[in-house]
Amino acid sequence: MMRHIAALGRATLDTLSAIGRAGLFLVQSVVCLPSREGFHLWLRQMHFVGVMSVAIVLVSGLFIGMVLALQGFTILVGFGADEALGQMVALSLVRELAPVVAALLFAGRAGSALTAEIGLMKATEQLTSMEMIGVDPLRRIVAPRLWAGFVSLPVLTVIFGVVGIWGGYLVGVDWLGVYEGSYWSNMQDSVDFVDDVLNGMVKSLVFGLVVTWIAVFQGYDLIPTSEGISRATTRTVVYASLAVLGLDFVLTALMFGDLG
Amino acid sequence: MDDPIMVEVKDLHFSRGSTDIFRGVDLQIPLGKITAIMGPSGTGKTTLLKLIGGQLVPDRGQILIDGQDVHKLSRRSLFKLRRRMGMLFQSGALFSDLDVFENVAFPLRIHTELPNAMIRDIVLMKLQAVGLRGARHLMPSELSGGMARRVALARAVALDPDLVLYDEPFVGQDPISMGVLVQLIKKVNLALGLTAVMVSHDIKETLSIADYVYIIADGKVMAHGSPQTLNVNDDAHVKQFVHGEPDGPVPFHYPAPDFFEDILAPAGQFS
Repeated sequence: MMRHIAALGRATLDTLSAIGRAGLFLVQSVVCLPSREGFHLWLRQMHFVGVMSVAIVLVSGLFIGMVLALQGFTILVGFGADEALGQMVALSLVRELAPVVAALLFAGRAGSALTAEIGLMKATEQLTSMEMIGVDPLRRIVAPRLWAGFVSLPVLTVIFGVVGIWGGYLVGVDWLGVYEGSYWSNMQDSVDFVDDVLNGMVKSLVFGLVVTWIAVFQGYDLIPTSEGISRATTRTVVYASLAVLGLDFVLTALMFGDLG
Repeated sequence: MDDPIMVEVKDLHFSRGSTDIFRGVDLQIPLGKITAIMGPSGTGKTTLLKLIGGQLVPDRGQILIDGQDVHKLSRRSLFKLRRRMGMLFQSGALFSDLDVFENVAFPLRIHTELPNAMIRDIVLMKLQAVGLRGARHLMPSELSGGMARRVALARAVALDPDLVLYDEPFVGQDPISMGVLVQLIKKVNLALGLTAVMVSHDIKETLSIADYVYIIADGKVMAHGSPQTLNVNDDAHVKQFVHGEPDGPVPFHYPAPDFFEDILAPAGQFS
């Protein structure tokens, strides 16, 4: 019994100290003056983190939009409301699916890669040698990656949403024969820029920060062995996905909870 | 030792978890000399270098570099102090996304405002000194272990530091690259007038270039002196280590229950 209590206490302390370390880590890496050198490093990471995630986001966005239209149509047509298809596809994408699914894909594609990359740098003493040369790896390695994640996820989310709406159009209008005018005009009437688009963007900004933060911290804080790297990569994907889903509920409750 | 002191370690205590690594270590590293720190594996030699470099913080005691307490410095001053240090890592620790040239140029680009042409000249001079000018366009993944360590040496001295820390420079090298490295370290040290701290357990190579040697075991300094005096030292620990005897104060066997009882343990008690 005592052993269980002790183990619980230790786990709590470990978790608290990890949260503290992660917080300090975030502040130390983000708070710095912009420089030309930093901008170049950031651009390179934008390519790696952002541009290289575009393909997976395009494909997933297209399929999610098509499935939404297909599923939505079969339900809506029962009420004779198939004109509302555009509204349904757009609202579910903009408010919910684009930020959340893009963030989940981002955690799997870019997050795990960031953790493994930084972890391998740690295992091969590259981070230590950088420190010994007098360069802070938090500034040079971590900060550009954090900013790249923070900026690129919202952009990826927009791409996801646009492609998804187009996918819905392909299935709904071209295939199932929903009237094109009502698909677009219903969407235009019902989607509010501030309530829907902006709120969706706020979500993706939060997700971008949290997912990248988890990924770089897990890489920086791991035990530098092959097992340590594999565990940390798994943890990145699991923690980041759970954080995205949990935060999505909290944010949705804050944004839309009082609309009803 | 009457030479001026570059690094002074006073009453150093350090532990990892419940294991004591250092229990009161005192060292003095003289200016402009090669000082070797030797000892059996697992005595915390690399840890000592990390403590000197300010990457780890001791439980008790002080480390003074040129009179400054490394662990009392702010993060900014510590990084400033580190610009005067070079460190050669056991693995080389080259940046895997930069080629050989850029690896050596890295500290110059970070810490100086030199024009590109001058950086190029300095890098080529350093690479020439380690014999790898021709390999400047290779990536670290294309280098052999010995070459990687030579590039790392060129990078460690790129800024002409005052103090160079060598972490096991000879480990895992074939005889040729070992000989090359021994010569290089000696030559570079003489040419640049560096203070060098070398952590190693390759006795022959280390004793051949070190000016002064500390032997660490059980968290304390066991013996120190010039290579000649250590060779004739009578202490059991020192003798076992310097002459490479398999059994002695450092036992061959990891602590274990009695062999006979262990073999005859009744079924169900296997662990």
